[in-house]
Amino acid sequence: MQVTIVDYGTGNLHSVRKAINFAAKNVNKNITIKISNSPKEILKSDKVILPGQGSYKQCMDNIKNIPELEDSLNEFVIKKKKPIFGICVGMQLFSNEGLEQEKTKGFGWISGIVKKIVLKDKNLKLPHMGWNEVKFAEDNLLFKGIKNLSHYYFVHSYNFDVKDQKNVVATTEYEKLIVAAVLKDNIFGTQFHPEKSQQNGIKIFSNFLKFNL
Amino acid sequence: MLKKRIIPCLDVKEGRVVKGINFIDLKDAGDPVEQAKIYDKGGADELCFLNITASGENKKILLEKVKQTAENCFIPLTVGGGVKSIDDIQQLLLAGADKVSINTAAVENINFIKESSLKFGSQCIVIAIDAKKIGNDKWRVYTHGGKNDSGIDVFDYLKIVEKNGAGEILLTSMDRDGTKTGYDIELTRKVVNNVSIPVIASGGVGNLEHLYKGFSEGLASAVLAASIFHYGDYTIKDAKNYLFKKGIPIRI
Repeated sequence: MQVTIVDYGTGNLHSVRKAINFAAKNVNKNITIKISNSPKEILKSDKVILPGQGSYKQCMDNIKNIPELEDSLNEFVIKKKKPIFGICVGMQLFSNEGLEQEKTKGFGWISGIVKKIVLKDKNLKLPHMGWNEVKFAEDNLLFKGIKNLSHYYFVHSYNFDVKDQKNVVATTEYEKLIVAAVLKDNIFGTQFHPEKSQQNGIKIFSNFLKFNL
Repeated sequence: MLKKRIIPCLDVKEGRVVKGINFIDLKDAGDPVEQAKIYDKGGADELCFLNITASGENKKILLEKVKQTAENCFIPLTVGGGVKSIDDIQQLLLAGADKVSINTAAVENINFIKESSLKFGSQCIVIAIDAKKIGNDKWRVYTHGGKNDSGIDVFDYLKIVEKNGAGEILLTSMDRDGTKTGYDIELTRKVVNNVSIPVIASGGVGNLEHLYKGFSEGLASAVLAASIFHYGDYTIKDAKNYLFKKGIPIRI
């Protein structure tokens, strides 16, 4: 099985690769991990990871700047219906649009808009940064084998306001409920960083790698 | 509920962990990679590396240590000390840092904060402030590892860094650093109340009650400590259990 981590000039891909490497040990299958931005590599992958760091707009601009990358991701997810996992801004890009910096169109795979978190309580800070408890819907693939209300590491100021609640499989609380994980058919994503969330994060990646095997 | 963070800090010189008293008289306390592993397993919420001498040669050694540490840890790693350019940040992030802490270069050129936060995202730009009390209710920003008085008032500076995209403040009291008499609570609380981004309290921790006060009175989002952890006075677990019992929201 080939897993490709999409390299579009954002963030620390090595920590993601390292975590996937660890996760792969829990999966009874020969797994090759590639870091690439080549549409060809993406289209021949079995699974794709879309990391993300920085602003929504910058991430989307970076994707558009790599020839055919956007098209190949669309083909991979929509036509081929193969599994993708978005992390943080990577997940946010699944939405219709993001309002960070300026209104920017996303992939539109999961209906909703990414908006800045608005806090009434002056004692709460933004970014929402650190370890928070994640509450997930029982019986979902992503959190299989994980104790409900486990801690995950978040760092973000924007929230994916998902239109259809059935696509939200986990939430966390920061004054209001914040989307922590989405899942729609072959499309997976977390607002938190599994690669920075110790064992509970590795398990999430293992569950993704096991999906559909 | 979002938990308060405990961040062990490793002051690194020539690839070794040291901790000074008031920034001088450095003692050797071991290999940063080994220390980092212990902290990761012990339940630290994040890790911090501060490169306390920033010559070219040291940078290479540091990058290697960052790489080895990132290989062995699954918690966020902040690296600071001598971060002066976009290229410095890029190299650290590529080596495996999740955030960088910028001190002198931000004071000297405020645009650097803006540029770096736009390029890498606010979430990875930590602005380190070394604050020294100069009078009643007045603190001054110091640079160059605490050697130079910038002449800038801490609270004026805070407004500027926040506006320019800083994601977090690492606040060190120069008066308390290395003294083991506790954080400067008055300063910490004032800084927290003056910004909307998270503040990490630093400088002066000698016991667990000091950590508690950093949260309960200083209102910090995170506390940073060096010597109490790496000389083995307390483990991260000791600290967490203590704070948990005292009612601080902590990840156990």
